[in-house]
Amino acid sequence: MTSTTAVNDLVKSEYEHGFTTEIASDTFPPGLDETVVRAISQRKGEPEFMTAWRLKAYRHWLTMTEPNWAAVDYPKIDFQAISYFSAPKRPEDAPKSLDEIDPILLETYQKLGIPLEEQKVLAGIAVDAVFDSVSVATTFRKSLAEVGVIFCSISEAVHDYPDLIQKYLGSVVPYTDNFYAGLNAAVFSDGTFVYVPKGVRCPMELSTYFRINARNTGQFERTLIVAEAGAYVSYLEGCTAPQRDENQLHAAVVELIVLDDAEVKYSTVQNWYPGDAQGKGGIYNFVTKRGDCRGARAKISWTQVETGSAITWKYPSCLLRGEGSVGEFYSVAVTKGRQQADTGTKMIHIGKNTRSTIVSKGISAGEGQQTYRGLVRIGQRAEGARNHTQCDSLLIGDRCTANTVPYIEVRTPTANMEHEATTSKISDDQLFYCRSRGLTEEDAVSMIVNGFCKEVFNELPMEFAVEAQKLLSISLEGAVG
Amino acid sequence: MLVVNGLRATVGEKEILQGLNLTVNPGEIHAIMGPNGSGKSTLAHVLSGRDGYTVTGGSATFAGQDLLALEPEQRAHLGLFLAFQYPVELPGVNNTYFLKAALNSIRKARGETELDAVSFLRLIKEKLKILHLDESLLKRAVNAGFSGGEKKRNEIFQMALLEPKLAILDETDSGLDIDALRVVADGVNALRSPERSMIVVTHYQRLLDYIQPDFVHVLAKGQIIRSGGKELALELETTGYGWIDAEGLAA
Repeated sequence: MTSTTAVNDLVKSEYEHGFTTEIASDTFPPGLDETVVRAISQRKGEPEFMTAWRLKAYRHWLTMTEPNWAAVDYPKIDFQAISYFSAPKRPEDAPKSLDEIDPILLETYQKLGIPLEEQKVLAGIAVDAVFDSVSVATTFRKSLAEVGVIFCSISEAVHDYPDLIQKYLGSVVPYTDNFYAGLNAAVFSDGTFVYVPKGVRCPMELSTYFRINARNTGQFERTLIVAEAGAYVSYLEGCTAPQRDENQLHAAVVELIVLDDAEVKYSTVQNWYPGDAQGKGGIYNFVTKRGDCRGARAKISWTQVETGSAITWKYPSCLLRGEGSVGEFYSVAVTKGRQQADTGTKMIHIGKNTRSTIVSKGISAGEGQQTYRGLVRIGQRAEGARNHTQCDSLLIGDRCTANTVPYIEVRTPTANMEHEATTSKISDDQLFYCRSRGLTEEDAVSMIVNGFCKEVFNELPMEFAVEAQKLLSISLEGAVG
Repeated sequence: MLVVNGLRATVGEKEILQGLNLTVNPGEIHAIMGPNGSGKSTLAHVLSGRDGYTVTGGSATFAGQDLLALEPEQRAHLGLFLAFQYPVELPGVNNTYFLKAALNSIRKARGETELDAVSFLRLIKEKLKILHLDESLLKRAVNAGFSGGEKKRNEIFQMALLEPKLAILDETDSGLDIDALRVVADGVNALRSPERSMIVVTHYQRLLDYIQPDFVHVLAKGQIIRSGGKELALELETTGYGWIDAEGLAA
C-alpha cells in the first residue's frame, strides 16, 4: 500500500510544485527505484503487462554491471543522480524567440541552410500550433494508413496495438542483454513504432522529423520496427542540425524484426552536442541497436553518420537467421576535439548462405579517439556464409588516434571471409594540390574527407546524403592548421 | 606578367635558388632546362607557394602583385597554374566535381558568377574535344588509379579548363612514352594564346621538339646561367650539361 501511495505522490508531484517554481515541474526528482519505475508506467497510463515488464527489467538491471571493455574514458555515472521522467516542456517554459538561443548554434543552422521556422523548432522555441509540419504529418499519416502502415510513438502503440507490442518488444534486445538495455527497458521514455504489413512497400521514407510528438522523447528512447513478409521500409533517424539536450546520458534501444523477403533500411545522422573544447557537458550516447532477419532472404541495412556526442558506444548489429538473409553496415564516424567513439557492428551468421557487408569509415581529428570494434561470427549451420569487411581510418593532425579491433569467429569450413583495413592521413601533397587549383584549405579538407566517405554516403537517401556532406564539412572546420 | 628578381630560397639549411632572375611577358613560352638538382622544381614550387621552402631574398611579382606574399589558392585565383610532376591522387573525389569546385572558387574570387551544373558540363565537354580526351575521365576519381600518362593528360585538361594566365609545367614530360608526350604537347599547343604565358620546366630537349619555346634558359646551381632562343635547347642536346661544371659559373 505504501508503495502505491508513494507512486501517487510522485505522479501528482507536478500539481503540488507545478506552475509556481521556475524549474520544469513535470520532472521527477533524481533517483531510481521500483516506485519510480511504477510511476513512469502510471504517468504514461500503460497497461499492466507493460508495468510488469518494466519492473522485471528493473530488477534484473540491479544485478548487472556497467560494461567497461570499450576504449572510452569518462567519470563514473551516478545513476541515482539522474531524473528518469520528464514530461514534454510546456510552451511557456520554452525560449520565446531566436534571440534567446546560443548564437553559435544559430550560425551552424544557417550554414546548414535550415529555414527559419525549422530553426525555431530545433532550438526548442514554442511555435504556433499551425505550423507546417503538423499539416504535413497529418497528410503523411493518412497516406500511410491507406496502405496499412502503422507509424506512431511507442507510447501510443502500447495503448493501441498491445498485441504487437507484447509479441515483439524486447524480442531482439531483451532486457537481460546488457546494462544499458536493461536500464532502457525499465525507464524508457518514448520512441517510435513502425509496423509494415505483409507485402506492403512503405510509400515514403519514414522520419522521426515528421512525427509531431517526436520531440523531447527524452534520454531513454525506444524504437521498434516490424516488417512482415515481403514488406519494405526506409527509416531515417536523427537530424543533421546540432541538438542540445540537458540530459547527458542517452541510452536508446532500437529493435528491427524482418520476416521473409522483407527489407528494412535504417539510416541515422547523429549530431548531438559533443561538449565544449575540454569535452565538458557533451552527451554520452550508449545505444543498443539490433536487427533480426527472422525470415528467409530478409535484409537489414544500417547506415550511420555519427558526428556528435562526447562519447559514443554503439554497435548496430544483424542476426542473420533466415536462409539467404543479408546484413549491411555502412558507417561514417567523426571524432574531433575531445570526442571518443567506440563503434562498429556485429554480424551474426546463423542461417545458410547468409551474407554481410561492413564498410566503416572513421575520421579522427584534434584529440579525437576512435575505435572500430566489429564482430563477425559464422555459426556451424551457416554453410556458404559470406562476409566482406572494409574498415578505413583517416587521421587529421597528429594528436588523434584510431584503432581497429576486429573479432572474427568462423565455425563452418564453407564460409568466406574478407577483411580489409587501411589507415591514412590527409597528406600535405593532397592539400597543396587542391589549393594550387584555387580551393581553400577547408574546402580541400572537406572534399578529401567526403571522397573518403563516398561509399557510405551513396547508401543514404538522397537529401540525407547532401545534408550529411554539409554536416561533415562543418564538423571539420578548423580541424587542420 | 611575371618578374622574378634575385630570388633566393632554401630548403632546410640548403640554399637551392641563389639569386634567380626571370621575366616572362604575355604570350611567351619559356623553357627552363638544367641538370638534376639545379633547382628547376624548386623554382616551380616556390612560385606556386608550396610549403617547405623559405624565401631568403629577392622578389617575384605576378600581374602586378607580390606573388610570394600570397597563399597558393590566391595565386591560382590570380591566374597561376602548376602542372605537377607527380599529380596527386584524391581517392573518392570525382574529377568533374573537383574541377567544378576549383573553377567556381576561382570565378568567385574574381567576382564572376559561378557556373551552374549545366553550363559547366557544356564547357567541360568542349574542352575534352579540344584535347581529344575521353569522357570517361570525368567519371573517375581525381588521378586515382590513373597511369602516368593519364595523370599528365589530366593536368593539361585542368589547365585547359582553368584557363590560367601563366602555366608552369613541371617536368610534364617525365615518365611519358613518345605517344603520350605528343598528346600532352598537342594539348599545350592548343592552349597557346597571345595572353597566356608558359614556363616549361624540363630535363630533356625532347619535349621542345613538340612545344616550340620562345626562350630557353639553363638553370644551374640556383641561377640562370645562359639564356637564348630555341637553338640553345638543340645545343644542349648535343653538349649535355657537362660543360657547366667545366665552365663553372662564368656567366
